[in-house]
Amino acid sequence: MMTENNDSEKNTEAFAYTPGLKVKRLMTVSKERRLPLLGDILVEEGASVSYDTIVAKTEVPGDPRLVKVSAILGIDQNEIHDFLYKKEGDKLQKGEVFGNYKAWFGLINREVTSPMDGEIESISKLTGQVIIRPEPVPVEVNAYIPGKVVGIMPREGVVVATQAAFIQGILGLGGEAHGEVRIVVDSPEDELTAERISEEDKGHILIGGSLITLEAFKRAAKIGVAGLVAGGMNYTDVTEIMGEAIGVAITGHEEIGTTLIITEGFGKMNMSTRTFDLLKSFEGYVAAINGATQIRAGVLRPEIIIPHDEKEELEKEGLSAGMTSGTPVRIIREPNFGAIGKVASLPVELMRVESGSKVRVLVVRLDDGTEVTIPRANVEIIEE
Amino acid sequence: MAKLKKAPEDMEYILVTDVGSTTTKARFFSNKSGEWRFVVAGEAPTTVEAPYEDVTMGVQNAVREIEELTGHKILAPDGSGITVPYEHGSGVDLYCTTSSAGGGLQMMVGGFIKAITAESANRAALGAGSIVMDVFAEDDGRAPYQKIRRIRSLRPDMILVAGGTDGGDTTHVIQLIELIKAADPKPRLGVSYNLPLVYAGNKDVRPQAQRLLGENFALEIVDNLRPVLEVENTEPARMAVHELFMEHVMSHAPGYPRLMKWTDVDIMPTPAGEGMSIQLIADTFKKNTIGVGLGGATTNVYSVVDSRFVRSVSANLGMSYSVSNVMKEAGLGDIMRWLPFSRDEEDIGRRLSNKMIRPTTIPQTLEELIIEHSVAREALRLGLGHHKSIATRLKGMKLGEGMDRGTFFDQELAETYIDMLTLEVIAGTGGLLSHAPDRIQSMMILTDAWQPEGVTWMFQDSVFMMPHLGVLSTVYRDAAWNIFDKDCLVRLGTNIAPKGMISQGSEVMKVSWTAPDGSEFQETVRGGEIKRIKLPEGVEVDALVEPAHGLDVGAEPGKSLEAKVIGGIGGVILDGRGRPIQLPDEAEARRTLLREWFAVLEMYPAEMIGKLY
Repeated sequence: MMTENNDSEKNTEAFAYTPGLKVKRLMTVSKERRLPLLGDILVEEGASVSYDTIVAKTEVPGDPRLVKVSAILGIDQNEIHDFLYKKEGDKLQKGEVFGNYKAWFGLINREVTSPMDGEIESISKLTGQVIIRPEPVPVEVNAYIPGKVVGIMPREGVVVATQAAFIQGILGLGGEAHGEVRIVVDSPEDELTAERISEEDKGHILIGGSLITLEAFKRAAKIGVAGLVAGGMNYTDVTEIMGEAIGVAITGHEEIGTTLIITEGFGKMNMSTRTFDLLKSFEGYVAAINGATQIRAGVLRPEIIIPHDEKEELEKEGLSAGMTSGTPVRIIREPNFGAIGKVASLPVELMRVESGSKVRVLVVRLDDGTEVTIPRANVEIIEE
Repeated sequence: MAKLKKAPEDMEYILVTDVGSTTTKARFFSNKSGEWRFVVAGEAPTTVEAPYEDVTMGVQNAVREIEELTGHKILAPDGSGITVPYEHGSGVDLYCTTSSAGGGLQMMVGGFIKAITAESANRAALGAGSIVMDVFAEDDGRAPYQKIRRIRSLRPDMILVAGGTDGGDTTHVIQLIELIKAADPKPRLGVSYNLPLVYAGNKDVRPQAQRLLGENFALEIVDNLRPVLEVENTEPARMAVHELFMEHVMSHAPGYPRLMKWTDVDIMPTPAGEGMSIQLIADTFKKNTIGVGLGGATTNVYSVVDSRFVRSVSANLGMSYSVSNVMKEAGLGDIMRWLPFSRDEEDIGRRLSNKMIRPTTIPQTLEELIIEHSVAREALRLGLGHHKSIATRLKGMKLGEGMDRGTFFDQELAETYIDMLTLEVIAGTGGLLSHAPDRIQSMMILTDAWQPEGVTWMFQDSVFMMPHLGVLSTVYRDAAWNIFDKDCLVRLGTNIAPKGMISQGSEVMKVSWTAPDGSEFQETVRGGEIKRIKLPEGVEVDALVEPAHGLDVGAEPGKSLEAKVIGGIGGVILDGRGRPIQLPDEAEARRTLLREWFAVLEMYPAEMIGKLY
């Protein structure tokens, strides 16, 4: 982007950089599967794994509890060792008395008990505190996608790779899941309503068209549908599902029963034909999905990964080449929000748009043949 | 530390970049004309994220744009970075940068008493340009196990621990240290290095801090930031934060080890650079100043009141990434009260949520622009509220001795010292303000949001270079100020507004002055009225402001004030809307009034506004 005072001295390149969401029929998808702390790797490089294969595990230390022993017993901090039955490293059970102060021939008798099962990590003469650490919590990481282990990060995790169709959504709710893909609408314009969901959809990933209704989500969660994917959702419905208005888009941890992914945006938005057709062509395949989204530092988009073994030429996953004449784009802001077209031209001059701003623009030829001029910032490339 | 390749007085070209979370902004300066001036800007997407994961790519792209625009070669031909110094027609004499990419500097702070040492630690961390993720204290209302759980989940870039006065109680400070050790927090950028921790508490606890924390943290011990209750000494802690930021945090961020080699001075967090610019304004004009950086993700507010500099950051108030959070915190109703047209909540909620998920889009239509301007007012209002909670008098100071109750302290009395009537300058920066199609829009957004009182000069950043000039001022103040004055600081004008409740239609104030050409100006303002008086940039007049009975313009209620008024692109705004501004409750009456105000102020094209219902 250039500033206005540079109008007269612009480069003439008809090129722009606007990253888009990936919608790919076949590519190598690699996923890092990391432990939260260092631990053990359970698979070897080259091993074949499935969705549920445990690839690494570790033990996360439990949340320790601080017990203010000197205050409870009414003793001086540096005398703490004199009134404890236990020492550092000793095990304790919840409710177990591990210290005692008696005076006045037993008339004063104060005890200190352990608030949890655990082990004494430290006893401080400086503060009179005892830190009790519970048993560690085992944590396992699964492969998430079926494929081959192509890399090992010693003690941290593994990299699993597979050949798959790969589709990024714009926003998701809920975490990782997998299930068989089922198309429940006839076209990308159709809404994914509750009536389109039946008991037989349990464990499936259902593909809708333009909108996931609130009732559809409720029914899906009740039945145990693994995931719902469609073009959009209403803002107020997302608020109701989350229990509060969405603030900053960092999602994936919601425990809502069914993972949700929208591919276009908020409101009723037709799923792009390309995305819809691609998903439709893989009906009956098992897909791994993840609603986790982070739109800030470390951009993370929700994803649908459908492993398959079609023999096609692999699409290269390179860096986006940028936008030139003919590049397919999607308009991502009012007016014409959601419209698909191809870049007709990339005028060099800054142009004044209705808001009064002078910005770099491009001309998009929409699928119906009409041409619209819009700010370059308001389109994204459809990566093919 | 600075390792300049040329003495400042011998320099001819300077390049400064800001690696933002979305965009890397390069600014090119020269003194070829005999004085330091801004030449040209180049911008490119920041490349901190996958698949690039190397910020230097974005820096090179932004610099390449400057090269294309000027024909001046800056990048080393072998791809090794920036050519320094300028020789044989290529290169620059100084390169420095600020950075907020990858979420900036994220800190956790702790102290013993929430309102005393923890609050001072918070101010120190904010002053160093960080985002404070949480503030811990003995009396923060959480059980120790809850604090431990929270600390473990945070994954900060750095921790600042204060607590106790020098020579005071040590036990509670050691308890805090033991708690942090037990929680064993891990750094955000990986598990392979020690988390930096600055200890700035009671000096008697230093040996225990060293023993308990020295092994598992990159520990830096500095002077106590509250050596006695009456003194807050944040400078040593702030400097230690900057050093550790470079040494331990930046060195683990994608591409930064390389970028650090390119720069002639340490990389500075963007808000720290921005804060220096606001201080530069306050120092130069010798006026109490409040400034804001309204960004996409965060809103930073800086105040300099009676020479005391305080910064607050509202990490989740912003115009793109955080726009939904503004909607959540302010409520859709408060955003929509600034709209001169009727829309339903689902429509506005949908539009703003879509902006959040596609944060780099810009308003194409006037309708969309006005919606964003409404959000901006609320983000600024919330940001100021947050700032007031940080900019408080030092709490815990001994006020005196009670007759029979011993010493008493002022914790209950503490309040902010931010008073719009004593603030004389407002300055704004950030994408929305800098890119507003008409400067009067940003002037009124700031006015409506912060509601300045009395006589207030208003400025804004021209093309977003306050962070750049802030970092430049650390090595070459004269050049920084010249560019700041000539090319960065846009004079919006002056706002004159009496403080107090007004009655619609009754006289609020008279304002008069003699213009430089000798002509007399006099205007009477009535309740509910707002007037825009054209007074060009560069013109200053001595005005007499005569408020009506009970209203205050800075010289006590009802008393006249003589004050210097500066002209600007927006001119002089005579604001009789009262403080606080009174908007009608009835929706259509409110919209009609907004349309009237917008028309009088010439904020938006009148014929377009008329079509938006």
